[in-house]
Amino acid sequence: MTNVDVRSAILQAIAEVAPEANLSALVGTVDLRDELDIDSMDFLRVLVGIDERLGVAVAERDYADVTTLDALVAYVASRKGAA
Amino acid sequence: MIANFEMPSLGADMEAGTLIEWLVKPGDRVKSGDIVAVVETQKGAIDVEIYQAGVIAELKVAPMTEVPVGTVLATLEVEGAVAPPPEPAAAPKPEPAVAPKPEPAVAIAPPSSRAKISPRARKLAADLGVAIETLTPTGADGSITVDDVQRAAPRPDAATSMREAIAAAMSRANREIPHYHLAHTVDIESALTWLEADNAQRKIADRVLPVALFLRAVARALREHPTFGGWYDGGRFTPGPGIHIGLAVARRDGGLVNPALHDADAGSLSELMSRIADVTQRARSGALRASELSDVTITITSLGDRGVDVVHPIIHPPQVAIVGVGTISRRAWVVEDRVEPRRVVTLTLGADHRVTDGHQGARFLQSIAHHLAHPESS
Repeated sequence: MTNVDVRSAILQAIAEVAPEANLSALVGTVDLRDELDIDSMDFLRVLVGIDERLGVAVAERDYADVTTLDALVAYVASRKGAA
Repeated sequence: MIANFEMPSLGADMEAGTLIEWLVKPGDRVKSGDIVAVVETQKGAIDVEIYQAGVIAELKVAPMTEVPVGTVLATLEVEGAVAPPPEPAAAPKPEPAVAPKPEPAVAIAPPSSRAKISPRARKLAADLGVAIETLTPTGADGSITVDDVQRAAPRPDAATSMREAIAAAMSRANREIPHYHLAHTVDIESALTWLEADNAQRKIADRVLPVALFLRAVARALREHPTFGGWYDGGRFTPGPGIHIGLAVARRDGGLVNPALHDADAGSLSELMSRIADVTQRARSGALRASELSDVTITITSLGDRGVDVVHPIIHPPQVAIVGVGTISRRAWVVEDRVEPRRVVTLTLGADHRVTDGHQGARFLQSIAHHLAHPESS
């Protein structure tokens, strides 16, 4: 699995929670909750969607490390051994 | 025995609703709690339940028809003992229903086309801005019916309708309710540490969010201070039939809905979280049930996710209190003569001075803070 695959799966999880979001316009380096205007409940649903698709459960203590899309991709990719 | 199934009131701001779809037909057997119709209100499309068991006798209102609250939508042949009415029936009716518009005795506008159309349908088309020549007649004699006009009428923009509903409710709140507001900043470090340890044992889909702690704490405090849960109407306070907490949910298309979590003081914290997640998701997708909108006894509004420190909430009439939750922030906090970094949150209470005083409000807030600090007993 590549970083591109991981990013694609994460975007699918986001689209399920925020179907109105323009995913191609996501900057990736700013707070994802602000970019998508989602709350903690929707953010958890995104993480659940990632777990279902990729089998990576982001630990609660790591939430501060995955605030942006790019950081979330890097976090999941590192655990999937993606390149 | 024949019983009536009426257009329900789904909040203080609802005067009428549009029957969108029947999910039953004459002869269908129903039981209490079955969803039998979809009704569109200013809060969106709502699934409406029936609270009696029996057989549907007659559907009295056609789909796409707007009728005032209390209008008989259908009749039901009741079997055996009559089920108790739903709890929402205990709620005071906050607003008078809209009187049906009388039918004009004569045509009030000259014919604008050769189409056959009744005076009533022509008047309706004029009122709704529908061009008669664009309509497809379905009447027995080839005439245009009222239903033809209603089907062709432009539907109001959902966001606009919801904004109008919120405007009506909040204007009434500011006009009628003498609010007082209190704030209390609470150290929730221990509660969050406990929650994180508890969540570490759970699957990600079963994690409990702090919102469940807040909701449960308010529910437990309401047991001790029931005068903050209920309705004020007709010059008197009526206690709620249960602890039915409304959670203010912002919708993605704009606007706000306030669905109820019934008996929020019961069940485990996990069960409460599951119910919160379910109702929030359905609120955002427009799949709420009528019973979830009609009997909220107190509301919680949280803007913590948006970084707001302190919320000064406005009560949803005819409720008598609302609790605001700010953002959870890490601050320097004095703990036993030491300064420590602790996570704290500011809770606010907006309450109706006709029902309670500041002293009672302060005790209610203290009680919420106490239960918040001890989630393990939730």
